[in-house]
Amino acid sequence: MKNKKYTNIHFILLLTLGIALFSSCERDFSDDVEFATFSANGDIFTDAPVGLTDEFFDSFDPNEGANPEGFGTDDNVAFEGSSSIRIDVPAPDDPDGGFIGGIFLDRGAGRDLTGFDALTFYVKGSTTATIGEVGFGTDFGQNKFAVTAQNIRLSTDWRKIIIPIPDPSKLIQERGMFFFSAGTQTTGGFGYTFWIDELRFEKLGTIAQPSPAILNGVDVVQQAFTGSNLLVNGLTQTFNLESGINQTVIAAPSYFDFNSSDNSVAIVNELGQVSVIGTGTANITAQLVGVRASGSLEVTSAGSLALAPTPTRPAANVKSIFSEAYTADTSSNFAPGFGGSTTETVITNNNGDNVLAYTNNNFTGIIFDNTVDASGLTFMHVDVYVQEGGTEVGLQIRDAGANQMIETDVNTGNPIGDDVDLRFDLTGLTVGQWTSFDIPLDGDLTAQRDNLGGLILVGGPNFIFDNIYFYTE
Amino acid sequence: MNMKYFKINTIQSTVLKCLIIMAVWTISGCSTDETQTVATFTNLVLDENFDTDGAPNSQVWGFDIGTGENGWGNQELQYYTDRPDNVTIQNGILLITARQESFENSQYTSARLLTKDKFEQQYGRFEARIRLPFGQGIWPAFWMLGADIDENPWPGAGEIDIMEYRGQNPTVLIGSVHGPGYSGGEAISKEYTLENDRFDTGFHIFGIEWGPEFVNFYVDDVLYNQITPEDVTGEWVFNKPFYILMNLAVGGTFVGSPNAETEFPQTMLVDYVRVYKNNAD
Repeated sequence: MKNKKYTNIHFILLLTLGIALFSSCERDFSDDVEFATFSANGDIFTDAPVGLTDEFFDSFDPNEGANPEGFGTDDNVAFEGSSSIRIDVPAPDDPDGGFIGGIFLDRGAGRDLTGFDALTFYVKGSTTATIGEVGFGTDFGQNKFAVTAQNIRLSTDWRKIIIPIPDPSKLIQERGMFFFSAGTQTTGGFGYTFWIDELRFEKLGTIAQPSPAILNGVDVVQQAFTGSNLLVNGLTQTFNLESGINQTVIAAPSYFDFNSSDNSVAIVNELGQVSVIGTGTANITAQLVGVRASGSLEVTSAGSLALAPTPTRPAANVKSIFSEAYTADTSSNFAPGFGGSTTETVITNNNGDNVLAYTNNNFTGIIFDNTVDASGLTFMHVDVYVQEGGTEVGLQIRDAGANQMIETDVNTGNPIGDDVDLRFDLTGLTVGQWTSFDIPLDGDLTAQRDNLGGLILVGGPNFIFDNIYFYTE
Repeated sequence: MNMKYFKINTIQSTVLKCLIIMAVWTISGCSTDETQTVATFTNLVLDENFDTDGAPNSQVWGFDIGTGENGWGNQELQYYTDRPDNVTIQNGILLITARQESFENSQYTSARLLTKDKFEQQYGRFEARIRLPFGQGIWPAFWMLGADIDENPWPGAGEIDIMEYRGQNPTVLIGSVHGPGYSGGEAISKEYTLENDRFDTGFHIFGIEWGPEFVNFYVDDVLYNQITPEDVTGEWVFNKPFYILMNLAVGGTFVGSPNAETEFPQTMLVDYVRVYKNNAD
């Protein structure tokens, strides 16, 4: 033990000497070498903001509910030094705004972050809430190299958070130093406080084993048409950290190199936007720093898709779910991800008109975010397009009842509780053209259709929908 | 303390000779006591560079096959084979690969090489240059057992773990000795944490220098531990020949089971194994 204390003293002495010598070395070095003009300082906040704009915190738009008042520094709380960033997360009904979020921008032209491999900081909460999103690269401009980590768990003690940089070599001039967004989703609407300290980019050397993904790592097969525009989304990069934890971040498309296996069928740009330009099949894949991303998009185009017939009914007589012709009565979940569902659902832009393309459907649904009161309406309209003969789709129009909850017997698929439904088979479809259906809201819906909760779609397996709406003549 | 010390030494070594001399002087002043024997193992007696592609040289390396007793005493999950899928030499590197596959009632396969009855030695410098795999439940090791283990069962035979590592702690190396009264969870052991680097992203040299009354543990150029008879809580059983083992285990009590995030296959890459002995021996 005594021996070791000696070591300490020696160590400190040596270190001091070492630092003195180092700095003289660096001066010599920079005499000979011209460095990039952008600052390579990784510090963002230590006891005060470092090289940030005078605003320091640039809030999201208060008109969209962001609360710009809950941000400040706290001289009574610090992980290290004397001060920390203090963020007071408001309750959803706070008159100043129901959530808090924004960015920190470099006050200069941007920083050279190529020498770092992670954004790190210490954080502690007044309670064990979860921060929705933190990251960097968001600059309220192009957000070209934005990175987001989700669901940061707070502890009531300080905890170090590590957000890996998907590819540091891209960050030669980055202004977006920090980004966060927090609400009270995990605290039942009760506001809380969290503190951030020692916020900086670091070279940890322990960020390893990259495992990038596109389309969340799923191999998606999709029908498309010449003129279709698709987006490769679900872009992530995952690194193994020193702790053994695999940390996934959402990475902007510009970190990836996209590739199409057949540029005469589909081309993909640096933002992951796919344009289908010819007939045939193309496989869209991507790499990140030379590592092949898991997940791919196989698009098959049989030619061009005609536009569905343009709806002509007056908007006053219509409550729309999915159509360019009308304002939607409610937003909907078009990919509810039912357990056991094999369906891939994509909203495809076909020459300016969005259509709903279903591939490999066994069963899926369109779940209305708010129930639709169709008590004054008498029909449901849908346009259906198929490319294979014999395709039939089972449609179930569900009323969720007064409790507005969709309740289903998981064994039979039948409505239970106060739910009722109407079932209708979309048959007699002609290959290569649109078929329009106007389905009377009769049967069990005759008496109960004031809380329509969604549509269930069975079979197919491949078909395209457009212009889904309820109406009265 | 020692670790940080050596690091500084390394950084400055090209810059300042006088500082090195100071540092070395200081190190010897702190990390050794009056009883230490300084070893000079310079006589290279085993120089295994894995230069021939295919199976390892059977003159030097044998295999343990199967699951042993109760997963080699640790509830390990893998079945050891000598198939090229699990052990092969490619481009001058020995590859020991753990796979997730159903095989002889096990869910994983891997390999364990040993020099029992082929190469056994008392004292010397034993080292290997290895890049380790990673992930929850992955347990590679480069270690030694007392050559009299058939007559003198473990832990009596003694065990020296030159390198053990848990795939879920990719920066942490563990070096240990086991013997009668200090085995398993009571082994005499020390962890070394690599700073600003990991064991699964590049090759590192794991070694011991072993002489009468001491075992020194090294990683790269860092001496991170010395174990002497005073440190063990039982009989010192390291004055006799030992043989070498290298294996890649999956699961077991030391690391826990792999989880959904553990990627397979996982490969331990061995560039070389070298053994030196004292010129005087």
